[in-house]
Amino acid sequence: MIPDLGKYSDTVLSAYAASILLLVALVVFSILRGRKVRAEMDKLEQRMSRHG
Amino acid sequence: MSITAKANALWEYANPRKFLATSERVLPFFWITSAVCLVVGLTWGFFFTPDDYKQGSTVKIIYLHVPASLMAINCWLMMLATSLVWLVRRHHVSALAARAAAPIGIVMTLISLATGAIWGQPMWGTWWAWDPRLTSFLILFLFYLGYVALWEAIEDPDTAADLTSVLCLVGSVFALLSRYAVNFWNQGLHQGASVMRAAAVTGADTEEKVSNIYFYPLLLCIVGFVLLFIALVFYRTGTEIRARRIKALLARERVSG
Repeated sequence: MIPDLGKYSDTVLSAYAASILLLVALVVFSILRGRKVRAEMDKLEQRMSRHG
Repeated sequence: MSITAKANALWEYANPRKFLATSERVLPFFWITSAVCLVVGLTWGFFFTPDDYKQGSTVKIIYLHVPASLMAINCWLMMLATSLVWLVRRHHVSALAARAAAPIGIVMTLISLATGAIWGQPMWGTWWAWDPRLTSFLILFLFYLGYVALWEAIEDPDTAADLTSVLCLVGSVFALLSRYAVNFWNQGLHQGASVMRAAAVTGADTEEKVSNIYFYPLLLCIVGFVLLFIALVFYRTGTEIRARRIKALLARERVSG
């Protein structure tokens, strides 16, 4: 399914692989940290509301 | 509503609760449209555009290199705007938005440098040259790293916001140099602007520009990168606001014993 990239096949594929990997890593790390911080905040707010 | 009233309404988003509520409402739109634009743009560019007569299939790298480079510069300019808002009006959300954007800028600059090096090797015969545009991009990358390191190094968040805002003002020189270096100095290996050039769009100049076959999917990729950037900034700013609230709550808990 990959088009014929000729003699530059490695060049093009490595550029796409590196870029997509970096973009996906950025999105995944952002979401994981976002969820962790949100859960931490909810837990803290609940604890504080219980103790007045 | 008058323009002044509209401008004043904008400051409502300096309220963290209002910002969080609005960003959570608009985030799904930005995540979905950015994913659609990127998938369609990259698939179109990679699978359905022909090889260039000079550069062969390496022309397909343009769909990643150009949008990432644009976002690397514009991310810093966005940080400059929000840093100025912090320095002038002391709105915490603006300082946190700048902090949230910096890692996105790092990744965009890294993609730009990496794809540029990979593309440059077969075209120029070298991975790297001390060319004005390449060098100014490398300096911009180092400024991004310094900016993030400064935020991490200072305990007091207001002092950190002050100092990083000043660093952002200084670094803006390099962000603008990265954009216009090819216009100032012509001795570099990097070609001149061939996509975002006003004279090329109006047809007023005769210099080489990107053919429409490549331009339309490229435009879609640029839109995708912009939308992804907005989605990430909204999401990450929300995270920074919550992280700041956690610090405040823990401090309050310590004081109350």
